[in-house]
Amino acid sequence: MTKLKIERAAAPGWVKPLIPIIAIPVTFLITSLVILLAGANPLQAFYQFLVVPLSTKSSAIEVLVKSTPLLLTGAAAAFAFAGGYWNIGGEGQLYAGAIMAAWVGMVFKGVSPWIGIPAMIVGGMLGGLIWAFPSAILKVKLGVDEIVTTLLMNSIVTSVVSYLLNGPWRDPETMWPQSPDIDPGTVFFKLIPRTRLHFGFIVAVVVLIIIWIVINRTGFGLKMRAIGLSKEGARFAGIKVDKTMLIVALVSGAIAGLAGAGEVAGIQFHLIDSLSDSLGYSGVIVATLGGLNSIGVGLAAIFLGMIDTGAQTLSRTMGVPVYLGDVVQSTLLLVTLSLFLLQNFRLRRVK
Amino acid sequence: MELTLFFVGVIAATLRVSTPLIFGTLGELFAERSGVLNLGIEGTMFLGAFAGFAVAAKTGSLWIGLLGAIIAGVISGLLMALLSVRFGVNQHVAGLGITLLMTGVSLFSFRVIFGESKIQPSIDTFPLLKILPDSSIFAPIVNQYLLTYIAILFIPLAWWVINKSRFGLKIRAVGENPEAADAAGLNVYAIRTLALAIGGGLMAMGGAFLSIAQLGSFTFGIVAGRGWVCIALIIFANWNAINVLWGALIFGSVQALQLRLQTLGFKLPYELFLALPYVVTIIALTIAGRNATAPSALLKPYRRE
Amino acid sequence: MHAVELKGIVKKFGDLTALDHVNFDLEKGEIHALLGENGAGKTTLMRILYGLYTEDEGQIRINEEPAVIHSPKDAIKLGVGMVTQHFTLVPTLTVAENLVLGESGSIAVNLADVEKKVAAASERFGIPVNPKALIKHLSVGERQRVEILKALYHEANVLILDEPTAVLVPQEVDVLFEALLRLQKKGLSVIFISHHLNEVMHICQRVTVLRDGKNSGTVKVCDTDMKELANMMVGRENFGVKRQDVREQGKVELVIEDLCVTDKKGLEALKHVSLEVHRNEILGLAGVSGNGQAELSAVLCGMQKIASGKVIAGGVDISHADPNCVCAAGVGRIPEDRHANMIGEMTVAENLILDQMNNFKKNGFLDKGKIQKNAEELIKRFKIKAKPQDRVRTLSGGNMQKVMIARTLSQNPSIVIASQPTRGLDVGATDYVRATLLEQRDRGAAVLLLSEDLEEIMALSDRIAVIFEGKIMGILSAQEATAEKLGLMMAGSPLSPERQAA
Repeated sequence: MTKLKIERAAAPGWVKPLIPIIAIPVTFLITSLVILLAGANPLQAFYQFLVVPLSTKSSAIEVLVKSTPLLLTGAAAAFAFAGGYWNIGGEGQLYAGAIMAAWVGMVFKGVSPWIGIPAMIVGGMLGGLIWAFPSAILKVKLGVDEIVTTLLMNSIVTSVVSYLLNGPWRDPETMWPQSPDIDPGTVFFKLIPRTRLHFGFIVAVVVLIIIWIVINRTGFGLKMRAIGLSKEGARFAGIKVDKTMLIVALVSGAIAGLAGAGEVAGIQFHLIDSLSDSLGYSGVIVATLGGLNSIGVGLAAIFLGMIDTGAQTLSRTMGVPVYLGDVVQSTLLLVTLSLFLLQNFRLRRVK
Repeated sequence: MELTLFFVGVIAATLRVSTPLIFGTLGELFAERSGVLNLGIEGTMFLGAFAGFAVAAKTGSLWIGLLGAIIAGVISGLLMALLSVRFGVNQHVAGLGITLLMTGVSLFSFRVIFGESKIQPSIDTFPLLKILPDSSIFAPIVNQYLLTYIAILFIPLAWWVINKSRFGLKIRAVGENPEAADAAGLNVYAIRTLALAIGGGLMAMGGAFLSIAQLGSFTFGIVAGRGWVCIALIIFANWNAINVLWGALIFGSVQALQLRLQTLGFKLPYELFLALPYVVTIIALTIAGRNATAPSALLKPYRRE
Repeated sequence: MHAVELKGIVKKFGDLTALDHVNFDLEKGEIHALLGENGAGKTTLMRILYGLYTEDEGQIRINEEPAVIHSPKDAIKLGVGMVTQHFTLVPTLTVAENLVLGESGSIAVNLADVEKKVAAASERFGIPVNPKALIKHLSVGERQRVEILKALYHEANVLILDEPTAVLVPQEVDVLFEALLRLQKKGLSVIFISHHLNEVMHICQRVTVLRDGKNSGTVKVCDTDMKELANMMVGRENFGVKRQDVREQGKVELVIEDLCVTDKKGLEALKHVSLEVHRNEILGLAGVSGNGQAELSAVLCGMQKIASGKVIAGGVDISHADPNCVCAAGVGRIPEDRHANMIGEMTVAENLILDQMNNFKKNGFLDKGKIQKNAEELIKRFKIKAKPQDRVRTLSGGNMQKVMIARTLSQNPSIVIASQPTRGLDVGATDYVRATLLEQRDRGAAVLLLSEDLEEIMALSDRIAVIFEGKIMGILSAQEATAEKLGLMMAGSPLSPERQAA
């Protein structure tokens, strides 16, 4: 009598990149139920998600605008994860970078963009780096789990932002909880006039390229990849695991901080507490979908940008709440993760 | 007299504020004692807050609302079990994904059900119990929500289940040495799944308390990171059910104090006080982490070779 | 009356035949030893009896009735109990809680009741345990007794003990033996898996020896002695490589002095170990797995902290060195676990330069061309069946080992530490590795070979040391060493003083 047996067998290498692609239709299948419950037509919804955003020039540009911070938070998460450091604090590091950016914008008065913009970039990176430091040092020196500490740091930064915006940085003219506008010299200029696409997009792309070079072409990249794949093997080969991991954690924080600076310098022009709608956490999704490499992150960020844009259109035209985008994105994450694991199982006939 | 009133107020507020922490932490305790770190707690509490509110608003019954929240929480726990126990997905990312998913689902469903109106939908909350007459000084302390008393009672109940019941014995075995448990004939997967389901229900109760007892409505920031505090509270309590009560009360008192110090005229930035529980949590994690005795099989998915 | 009969048992794992038509029988009320080297098949055979494995061919009979055993539950029902080296006890639970773990019943566990039952069983079988004690507070010997009591509590009348004395100190061994003799009088039959010859002679009535998955003989203890048993265990075989005549011993290159190491559990893994390895020689370290070789290897690789003592390589003190410094001192390392110590997901080319990245950089960036060329050269030189871009985890065991060897030897180390270098390799790869070690020795390196394979040690080494329970039992030159002498030392009897060589 033949039976079916589930057994473990490693999948061939070519399966891995296909998984995110297979995950997409599976995700849409699952979320169709949710869409139906909202009283809308799933096929129409997916049309809005996948086709419409790229169909007109203005909406395509909006996709790029939405994906700008995701490129950076995704890069930050991917860089950290590739090095074996689970940085889930992108959200907090983004805000920390935004805080520094707002400060730069208030302090650097009347400067030329040649000084202002680099100052913004440095400020953003510095803010994120500082915010990433406590979790990083606790992990490296004391082995404290970085996932929990980075998550808690996310909650702490919310209070700091709130304090600043309701206190010392409250706009004196409007009395609203937002910081004074940043100096024009520190603004990220628009790439295409009359759109929202700003210099931050270029910065993001450059960062992704630099990361690709570091990971694939430098000794440091080889070291951190080794640690991420096998701490023991890396140690055996003489790699200084502690030092490398610390650097990876701080760089990751800096990149996330840069995302915050971008939102302040290119979109809002001041600090507000609704600066980020889970951009940091979406970065984790982007990194996982993108398979932790620069090209994947780029594609995943744009894809999520499309979903964000599509969700907004859906909300306007079909009355489906914009949060559908969040539901689709997180379902996509879980489906992708599951498929990654399930690929290692086979059905076999056993006599 | 002023001072007495002040302390009475603080104690009363502490008990109220600690309630969701107790539920959430007990829920996470079941999961972790069985060997699974459930980072889906933040999302599950959020889901519980939404489900409790929505069901209560639509059915007109707060208790049915609570039941709805519990069911939603159980489903969340089962999903976590499917991902991390059955599939073996990395527990950290699976939990985080569930938090994101449950948060999105809750917000989405809220809009679908209640639409986008300017006025925040609200309901009449659970009443405070009238045990002592208002004239008594201690009235505020004792006249709590029924759910608060339930939470406090759940502590010894949870302790008994984990330490004295047969099921608790199995949970402990599975969380410490799944190989030995397997060799003794226990079904490791089933036990962990059940523990996660129970845990999810408890977490959701914590969230429901916020929306249908304390606030009477459902807002975006209703949970605000309490789930993460619960994660740390477990380490602080050294995975012991009774200690969870003390931990929750300590953290609850920090929050209760902070509100009151404001009214006493302390010119401290109250937003920074909001950060205090999280800061203390990180410190507690660092200290406690060094001597903590976590369940040995925590974070390791079990595979019979 | 036969309590257990195993007839013609065959068990294969993929291409490897672990058991080749093995026979075994156990009389009622006897203590029967199952003897053999690591990998001989003793544990595999018993796992089949206990239901953890299923035999491919053969029959099992319990109490002269045919039996089908597919899981431990079946075995337990038939009265077979097993106590392994990995205790299946939950450390944070009490003795009573552990014993009652698999049972179903009421919602509440009536511990007082269980404790009474456990105390009664303890009394009945003459095995002293405290039902209320937490397992983690018990010594290893006490835990083992709990495991035995657990088997008896579930009504075993055949008890399989897998290397029971491996983890005990001499006094606890005495307590164990007293308990076994008492149980024997009550009708319990025992299968005693061991490689400790003196203990086997002390307590068992009969001995069955396995070698390479086949029966090597079954004798009565009163009819034999340790020398004969050692011979049956080890035997002689043809060898793929042959060591050349003794070379001139060069100067001392590696000095290990009075080395003491404590392992993670706080036990002493190495006790005052002293060794010297000369250039142009292979010093073989023989010993059964678990006697300290792993810790010694880890220390020499820079991966393990030492408690006291010194390690000096080529004049450089590497006692507290990290892997980087160890490499820099000229130590080439072929570690025990190639899976853990190489990066499986990285390519052959990447793994080959992982510990010397700085030599492969151009203008601060990795010189991909140089890395590729290096890989191609090493693949050719060491005959690795792989392409530079292949992921290491897709390689066969032999080729993976060749990559590790290539990485190590291409740096021309003056000392080579080889730990279990042919473990898990096929014949061709094994011959290759052994030939390579001989080459290194001829080239002038000081080679320390740690191996559980006694034949390998004897064929390759110029001098042979034996380690047992963290101590060096003795060192012999190749001419003096025989399988019997080495077997005795490996089993714990030290070399008599006049036989000790420098």
